Amino acid sequence: MALKVLNIVESAYRATLEEQDDTILWTTTAMRGAGADVDVLLRGNAVNYGVRGQDASGLQFGERKQTHPPRLDNDVKRLIDKGAKVYVLTDDAADRGLEPTDLVDGLEPISRSNIGKLCADYDQIWHW
Amino acid sequence: MSDKKTITFALMDPPYENARSTTALRLINIAAQRGYNVNVFAYEGAVGLPFTKQSPHPNAVHGHDADEEDHPLPHVWIEAIAASAEAAGGKLDWINCGLCVDERGVHEALDFVRRGSPADLWQWAESSDNTLVIPTK
Repeated sequence: MALKVLNIVESAYRATLEEQDDTILWTTTAMRGAGADVDVLLRGNAVNYGVRGQDASGLQFGERKQTHPPRLDNDVKRLIDKGAKVYVLTDDAADRGLEPTDLVDGLEPISRSNIGKLCADYDQIWHW
Repeated sequence: MSDKKTITFALMDPPYENARSTTALRLINIAAQRGYNVNVFAYEGAVGLPFTKQSPHPNAVHGHDADEEDHPLPHVWIEAIAASAEAAGGKLDWINCGLCVDERGVHEALDFVRRGSPADLWQWAESSDNTLVIPTK
């Protein structure tokens, strides 16, 4: 039976300016490109990855302007558009004052009380 | 699947930053000593673990020269774990994320360390009895 994995992303904004992305969203996208059946649950501060229109541009040190800032909402949308399910923990979003309308289309809301059931749908849980 | 167990680890922490790296190597060592086949996918800062330019140093606070201090070097630990695995009839296979190596400039690694990508992690996960992710925080 084909392996099915849920990547839970909780550590958020870890070196995203240096990396120009979130490295777990990136590796999830790369693995899906290699045929992997892997979905994502955003929890903790990572729920903010789903906020549409976030802008991390403008980093400059001296005369060195850094181009291509991370576009985390776009990266989430790309995963969704490529067929991944991307869940967002509604309790954590609400704790941070985020409304459903703040989030990109296609995110699948899930409450904390239903995480157990969600995990049961996967062979392995990788908690990042 | 054969009787021999295969376990895959995904590590993210760089050396000398927190206890997770040593804990991960302890777990890998246990699996190696039990004769398991152990795969390690080093991602992000963890690609520095098998970096062979890590150097021992003296410690004036301890009053030790470099030999007395015997400073821990993760690449030496990993080499020892690989030897343990082989002695126990298993194998330690280690892939460093290639892009992570490039951006950190840590190209000098133990001889058996290979360069790879997340696709390798997925292939290992599919062919292993289980996979343990030990991420950075």
